[in-house]
Amino acid sequence: MTGLEDLYREIILDHYRSPRNRGELPAPPARRVEGFNPLCGDEVVVYVQVQDGTVSDIRFAGQGCSISQSSASLMSAAVKGKTVAEARDLIRTFKAMMSVHEARLGDGADGTGAGNGSGDDGPGTTVDPESLGELAALQGVVKFPVRIKCATLSWNTLAQGLDDDEKGEPDSL
Amino acid sequence: MPWTVYYQTTHANVHRGVYTFAEEADRLYDASRVAVGRFIGAPDPEHEVIFTKNATESVNLVAATWGRANLGRGDVVLLTDMEHHANIVPWLMLAEERGVELRWVGLDEEYRLDLSDLERLLDGVKLVACTTMSNVLGTITPFADIAEAAHRAGAVVLADGAQSVPHLPTDVGGLGCDFLAFSAHKMLGPTGIGVLWGRRELLEEMPPFMGGGGMIRDVRHDGFTPNELPWKFEAGTPPIAEAVGLGAAVSYLQAVGLDAVHAHEVELTAYALSTFEERFGSDLKIFGPSGTSERGGVLSLAFRDVHPHDLAQVLDQAGVCVRAGHHCAKPLMRRMGVTATARASFYLYNDESDVDVLADAIAEAGTLFA
Repeated sequence: MTGLEDLYREIILDHYRSPRNRGELPAPPARRVEGFNPLCGDEVVVYVQVQDGTVSDIRFAGQGCSISQSSASLMSAAVKGKTVAEARDLIRTFKAMMSVHEARLGDGADGTGAGNGSGDDGPGTTVDPESLGELAALQGVVKFPVRIKCATLSWNTLAQGLDDDEKGEPDSL
Repeated sequence: MPWTVYYQTTHANVHRGVYTFAEEADRLYDASRVAVGRFIGAPDPEHEVIFTKNATESVNLVAATWGRANLGRGDVVLLTDMEHHANIVPWLMLAEERGVELRWVGLDEEYRLDLSDLERLLDGVKLVACTTMSNVLGTITPFADIAEAAHRAGAVVLADGAQSVPHLPTDVGGLGCDFLAFSAHKMLGPTGIGVLWGRRELLEEMPPFMGGGGMIRDVRHDGFTPNELPWKFEAGTPPIAEAVGLGAAVSYLQAVGLDAVHAHEVELTAYALSTFEERFGSDLKIFGPSGTSERGGVLSLAFRDVHPHDLAQVLDQAGVCVRAGHHCAKPLMRRMGVTATARASFYLYNDESDVDVLADAIAEAGTLFA
């Protein structure tokens, strides 16, 4: 049986107990996007500010389990200061790390209301966990398929925010 | 096993063939209907027990047939704050479709129904749809009292028995309901089959639910004549093996005795409540009535600030299966001020050692997320 230590790595518990970038940003100028996991009732709100093609600031709010909250925290730390293109690459890489199983579970059926924005990540993409830094700590989640939605919730929500920003659409509710 | 016998020895459709296998299928299917009817004290099991997909479909059947025939703009349906989505959304759909008004019975501080205002709430109500036991809180509702008051006010009464029928002796006459919905999978039976019991006079008057084979007496180019009860409400090939399986589950439960099942659960719940109090005190919140006479053996837990998903994950590693989430009762969860709980539920196969394993696993979650 897969052990809990594969899921609850120390980095994950640390980000859960002391989340980075938790809070809100004034929107506008930031984008505010909500994501839901209807299975468990978890919700996340991502505030992302894009300036000159760079993710100049990011915050997240909402409530959820240790996996969804730590994933949001790790994500915020990873994309802050990156260009939008780099952030999109990271979303793609992260979702690929989760995607083999996610595809099997039926991607797109998550009803998050957000996400699928970068739906071009497919199974078969090889991921080098080294390139993900601390995010690699979430690798163990794929061994617990029902928790993958928890880990990808904030990433899908951020992808939606970046899509909205690019299209110049009003804030998603 | 009776349902494997069905697949091994007949696997024929019902109410069609004249060959031996088909007759045997008819016999098994019809016998289950009668067994299920007797299990709930139905006065006329052969006509009043409708097999559905689950309790959800049973409620939808009533909403789509009795509801559409009897409810229009401004008519009132009375629900409670502790209903499962299965007994909320079909009525919300009617509200959207034809302007039916929904009213809600609230809860007191121990998550029992607050019936202090019932007479006023019942004024002008055409249907009361209420659970007999909350699937989240375990609260046993005073259903017979509610039904009596509802009938005095001229309303028809639907009981959502999905949680109570498996755990308490059920008698539709004693409950005083006009409809009773429940599911087989919560009472040792298969998935994919549920029951709607209804008073014969009401069922006779109701239009059919789904159209197709089996539910008709005659079909012409310009119309159709519905079949008699209960087939009027059973369009298409029914879940035959599942019905036979439910019949077997019912026979088993009757042999054990529902009084014995309930007494066992009361004892186990009392043991769990005292164990939890002793080991976790105020760190472990249990929603619902504190007295075991007012509740069944479902315990919705909130442990410190450990998220129910995380709690359930740790419990799973200890071999304890609990549901974590909103339990298909989001209006109730909002009332409770949480997005989710972890819910442990007991049945006749559990004993005190299971409670001990559960308590140990909760303690382990406490260490991991300290």
